[in-house]
Amino acid sequence: MSVIVLVEHSQGVFKKKSLEAIQYAANIAKSMGTTVTAVATGNVGNSEMQALGQYGAQKVLHTTDTRLDNFNSRAYTKVMLAAAQKESAKVIVGLHDTVGKAVSPRVAARLKAGLVAGAVSYPDLSKGFVVKKNAFAGKAFAFVNITSDVKVITLMPNTFPVVKGEGSAAVENLDVTFEDKDFSIQVVEVSKASGSVPLSEAELVVSGGRGMKGPENWGVLEDLAKELGAATACSRPVADSHWRPHNEHVGQTGGTIRPNLYIAAGISGAIQHLAGVNGSKTIVVINKDPEAPFFKAADYGVLGDVMEVLPRLTEAVKKFKAAHS
Amino acid sequence: MKILVCISQVPDTTTKIAFSDNNTTFSSAGVTYIINPYDEWYALVRALELKETGVATDVHLVTVGKADAEPVIRKALALGGDEAIRIDIESNDTYLVAAQIAEYAKTVGYDLVLCGKESIDYNNGAVGAMVAELLDMNYLGFAAKIDIAGTTATVKREIEGGEETDSCALPLVISCQKGVAEARIPNMRGIMAARTKPLKVVAPAAIDALSTIVSYEMPPAKSGVKMISAENMDELVALLHTEAKVI
Ligand SMILES: Cc1cc2nc3c(=O)[nH]c(=O)nc-3n(C[C@H](O)[C@H](O)[C@H](O)COP(=O)(O)OP(=O)(O)OC[C@H]3O[C@@H](n4cnc5c(N)ncnc54)[C@H](O)[C@@H]3O)c2cc1C
Ligand SMILES: Nc1ncnc2c1ncn2[C@@H]1O[C@H](COP(=O)(O)O)[C@@H](O)[C@H]1O
Repeated sequence: MSVIVLVEHSQGVFKKKSLEAIQYAANIAKSMGTTVTAVATGNVGNSEMQALGQYGAQKVLHTTDTRLDNFNSRAYTKVMLAAAQKESAKVIVGLHDTVGKAVSPRVAARLKAGLVAGAVSYPDLSKGFVVKKNAFAGKAFAFVNITSDVKVITLMPNTFPVVKGEGSAAVENLDVTFEDKDFSIQVVEVSKASGSVPLSEAELVVSGGRGMKGPENWGVLEDLAKELGAATACSRPVADSHWRPHNEHVGQTGGTIRPNLYIAAGISGAIQHLAGVNGSKTIVVINKDPEAPFFKAADYGVLGDVMEVLPRLTEAVKKFKAAHS
Repeated sequence: MKILVCISQVPDTTTKIAFSDNNTTFSSAGVTYIINPYDEWYALVRALELKETGVATDVHLVTVGKADAEPVIRKALALGGDEAIRIDIESNDTYLVAAQIAEYAKTVGYDLVLCGKESIDYNNGAVGAMVAELLDMNYLGFAAKIDIAGTTATVKREIEGGEETDSCALPLVISCQKGVAEARIPNMRGIMAARTKPLKVVAPAAIDALSTIVSYEMPPAKSGVKMISAENMDELVALLHTEAKVI
C-alpha cells in the first residue's frame, strides 16, 4: 500500500508544481499511515531525485527510456501502471495540467479507479474519501467521494504553498515493458512560447483587455509584468483580434489559471472571463469605469486610465524592490 | 471513415449556480441547458467539415444521459451528423460515462472519436483520455487544429508553454478546443432534417460508478473591493506586500 505521484521536470529540474504534488501526496500518505513514491522519467540527475525527499517522497522510481522524452499519454500510462503495481498503490496523484489530464484518466480507467480531477483539498477520510474540486468554472466547488479501492487524483496546481523540509529519497530503477504502439505518435513540430514565465505556472499574472485599446499599447503592461516577474494574459476579444497570442487567452474558453496575484487592466469582468481567473488568490482591477463588474470580484480596485496607472504601478514596484533588496 | 462525437449537456454559461437540499443537489430550476461549447463549436463542427470534404463517411453523436438530455442532442443533430445515440443512464461519474461510450464505440468501430477539452460544469477534462484507454487508442488532448489525410491525422495542440504538432495513424481520440473549427448556427433546413434523423436510445452496459458527488459549496464571498487612489500606487504595492502577501 502506498501513494504514488507522477513528477515532471524541465531539463532535469523538477517543476515547482511537481514538488507541490509530492507534498500533497505525502500528506495523504501520512493520514493513511503509508509512504510516498515519486515516479520520474527521462534525463534527471540522482541528486535532484534524492532531493525530492525534502518534500516528502521516500522513494523515487526512475525510468529512463529516451522515447519518453516526448510526452505521450499511452506510454506514460504504462509507466504509472508499472509503478502502481510495484508499490501496490492505493492512491495515485497527478497534476491537473496538460500532462496529468492525459495520463491520470487513462490510469484510472485501466485500474477501474475513481477519479477526482482538479482537486483543491486533501481527501477527508472521515467520510470515506471525499475530495473538494472546482466545478462550474470556479463558480462553486463539488465534494466527490471516491468509492473504488484505488483512487486517482489530479491536483490543481498552486493550491498549497510548497514548504521545503529535510530528507532524502531513495532512487530505484523502474522497468517498464513497452510495445511499439506505445510510441506511435510522431512529433512533427514543437514551438514553445517565448514568454519567460509559462502562464499556467505563473504565480503573478498581468492581464489586459479591450480597454488597452490596441496591441501597440501593450508595452506598459509588459513593463509591469517584467518588473514583477509575472506572466502576461489577456481577455478573449484581445486574442480574437490578434492583439495578443491565443495561448494568453484566459477564461471559460481559454486557459484556467489560479495565480497568487492577477492584475486585470482594462478588462470588464464578464462572467466567462472570471471563469478562468476567479481562483486567483488576490485580484487587482484597473478600470476607468466605476461600474465595471470586475470590481465586484476584486480585492483591490484602481479607478483610472490603464495608460496612466500601469506605468505608475511599475514605478512603485521598482521602488519597492529597491527598498527591499 | 467513421467519426464519433461525444456531446455533453451543461448549464448555460450565464447560469446562476445554486444548490438545494442542504447543498447536496444542484438546483436545475430555471436553468437552460446547452451543448457543451467545446463539443459543439469545435468537435462537432470539425467532424461535419470532415464529412463535407469527403474525408468522413459517417458522423455519429453520442451522449450519456437520461431523457432530459434529448433536447440537447437534438440540437446537436440540427447542426449536422447522421445519427445520434443516447445511452440511457445518469452521467455523474467520469468512469461510468467513458466506459459507456467505449462499450458503444466498440460495437460500431470508429476511426476517430472527438470530444471537448472539458465539460464546463465539472471541468474534469477526463472523458476523452479514459475512452482512449478503454479502446486502446492513442489520445491527443487540447487540439487547436485537426487535419486528416488518408488514415493519418495531423494535430496541432496545446502543450505546456507552447504548441506541438503531432502526426498519428487512426484510430485516435482527440479532445478539441478553440481553433479546431469556427462555431456554426443551425439553419432551418438542419433543424427540419434533424427531426427525421435517427436518435437511438441504447440501454447502458453494466458498469458501476466509481465516485459520487456528496455535496457542493459556494466559494467564500469576496469581502469587498478596497479602492486605491490612482495617484497612490505605492499604497497598492505596500498592501500587496503586507496584507495580501503576494509580492
Ligand atoms: C460562450 C462564451 C465564452 C466566452 N469565453 C470567454 C473567455 O474565455 N475569456 C474572455 O475573456 N471572454 C470570453 N467571452 C467574452 C466575454 O463575455 C466578454 O465579452 C469579454 O471578456 C470582454 O473582454 P474585455 O473585458 O477585454 O472587453 P470589454 O468588455 O470591451 O471591456 C473593456 C473594459 O475596459 C475598460 N476600459 C476601456 N478603456 C479603458 C482605459 N483607458 N483605462 C481603463 N479601463 C478602460 C472599460 O471600462 C471596460 O470595462 C466569452 C463569451 C461567450 C458568450
Ligand atoms: N455525459 C456525456 N455524454 C457524452 N459525452 C460526454 C459526457 N460527458 C463528457 N463528455 C465528453 O467528454 C468531454 C470532456 O468532459 P469531462 O471529462 O466531463 O470534462 C466533453 O467535452 C464531451 O465531449
